[in-house]
Amino acid sequence: MMVEKEAHIAVRDVTMAFGSFVLMHDLDFTVRHNDIFIIMGASGSGKSTLLRHMVGLNEPVHGEVFYGGANFTRAEPVERKRLLRGVGILYQGGALFSSMTLAENVGLPLAEYTSLTPAEVLEIASLKLALVGLKGFEDFYPSQLSGGMVKRAGLARAMALDPKILFFDEPSAGLDPISSRLLDDLILELRESLDATIVIVTHELASIFAIGTNSVFLDVETRTIAASGPPQELRDHCDNPRVRRFLTRGTNGQIERSSARG
Amino acid sequence: MLADGGSERLVERGEASASRSADGTLVIRLAGPWHLQGGLPSPEGLQQELHGQPPSRVAFDATALRGWDSSLVNFLVHVVEPCQERGVPVDQEGLPSGVRRLIALAEAVPERKGARAKAVPPPILDRIGLVWIRGIESLTAILSFLGDVTRALGQLVRGRARYRSVDLLLLIQQAGAEALPIVTLISFLVGSIFAFVGAVQLQKFGAGVYVADLVGIAMVREMGAVMTGIVLAGRTGAAYAAQLGTMKVTQETDALTTMGLSPLEFLVLPRMIALGLMMPLLCLYADGVGIMGGAAVAVGMLHIPPVTYFGRIESSVDLTMLSGGVFKAAVYGVLVAFSGCLRGLQSGASASAVGDAATSAVVTSIVLIITACGIFAVTFYILGI
Repeated sequence: MMVEKEAHIAVRDVTMAFGSFVLMHDLDFTVRHNDIFIIMGASGSGKSTLLRHMVGLNEPVHGEVFYGGANFTRAEPVERKRLLRGVGILYQGGALFSSMTLAENVGLPLAEYTSLTPAEVLEIASLKLALVGLKGFEDFYPSQLSGGMVKRAGLARAMALDPKILFFDEPSAGLDPISSRLLDDLILELRESLDATIVIVTHELASIFAIGTNSVFLDVETRTIAASGPPQELRDHCDNPRVRRFLTRGTNGQIERSSARG
Repeated sequence: MLADGGSERLVERGEASASRSADGTLVIRLAGPWHLQGGLPSPEGLQQELHGQPPSRVAFDATALRGWDSSLVNFLVHVVEPCQERGVPVDQEGLPSGVRRLIALAEAVPERKGARAKAVPPPILDRIGLVWIRGIESLTAILSFLGDVTRALGQLVRGRARYRSVDLLLLIQQAGAEALPIVTLISFLVGSIFAFVGAVQLQKFGAGVYVADLVGIAMVREMGAVMTGIVLAGRTGAAYAAQLGTMKVTQETDALTTMGLSPLEFLVLPRMIALGLMMPLLCLYADGVGIMGGAAVAVGMLHIPPVTYFGRIESSVDLTMLSGGVFKAAVYGVLVAFSGCLRGLQSGASASAVGDAATSAVVTSIVLIITACGIFAVTFYILGI
């Protein structure tokens, strides 16, 4: 049933630590091409930190990250920049530059990395904003937008250079259920149409089951990956009670505990 | 318009060509690699083709297409839109499915009406009027903040103001002890510059020894207080504006308000007390260091004996002058804290707004210090101090 697709991102034996405090150790997983890969875990388990390690904002104390076979962790700064150009990141708060309009925000990477004229940059920026449903908001500043619109504008900026990999850090944080659902639909649509690989850090169960095709679960207690696989499968068949409990909002694990007692 | 977009031709960048079939269908052939790096091909030619004699149908042939990204989607959106306006049916069958989906996505949400309204610059008279209105508004804001601060001071006098004494001690340390190095450097240099400039002039009259009077009076009366005020405006006033501005961004001031703690008592009062207490001390210190700076030049270059120099200082500087300078310093300190907190609390909730607040705090502090300095000069003159 499952077609073996090529590995797009590979995380090999990564250990994340701050000083002597080891946050997570021996993280080893592969994100295949066109996956919607979910990194999940309880608050404070280091999901967002793992994302930061994968894009080079933090350095792993041990282990490596590969993009399409190229070693990102050991690469020279120039090579890293080149690899990152194929990556778009939507930060948790949008991270739009507050002193720039939406068109300037989206246009910044275009102006920086392509030889387009300013008018062409504006045109592509408008197209990207139209793709996320913000047509006509080119001259708005981030402070004039609602939270959901800031997220979508952040996504437009992440897609500016047509990246083949998109990272999302808590995309549904701070969004109402409907906006969050629309964002999920948009993510699915973008994966199909851009043929992109998507990595999402989230603990939003609705999104996890709606769009995730593969996942890893970071366990706070053992400080490593407790389970990996498609989210639905993990919910129904995983042997680790902590994972099942997380994926059933605590109900499954508790039942098991009381039945074990009884 | 190129008519030979043949599939066999090797092309460096994306190309589009159109041809009409017998039944009036306009077939748009897309060829080559369409990448942003190659620039954006202009859709104008095709648009003219559509404007001329509207075809019965528009279809696409993408068999020669080698790779695509946003540049192709952008191009096609500009072709599809005029077709839809004219009611020409567009058959997107020939396009890659990803492109079809992206075009649909770009068309999905209609443009918000009025969102793109361009701001027309108002005529010159309007702008002059606006400048005045803004000026008056800003003055009103300053006065109302002054009123709030006075009320908070009233609470302080009655012992009802609520702030953490730990905060006050920390602020005192930051504004006072930690400012000593920069105050030392600036006042030593100011003292020696005065001595140097004065000495050159005074020596012409053989009155080189009076350089001590010059340095002593200038430092103690005016420069000690003014220079410390300006240093603290840049060092502490800007920091206060940035701190309070960031607290607004992270909603900390809102949290204080809803807890029933007034940001004015909790944040502004301790800062004003800290600077009001520390500025006179820093000013005294600056006076001393400035006189030493003058001494370095007087003794080192003019060969005035130290005993003579300090003797002249002793006879020219009296306690009234010293306390006048220290009093001014206290006022400047309160003004710096006032401007810093005012601009910080007025700040908008973004990174650039916090930057503007810090800049504006320094400008306001310096303007207020210089204005106060002028008022003091006139008042002291009338009072005969």
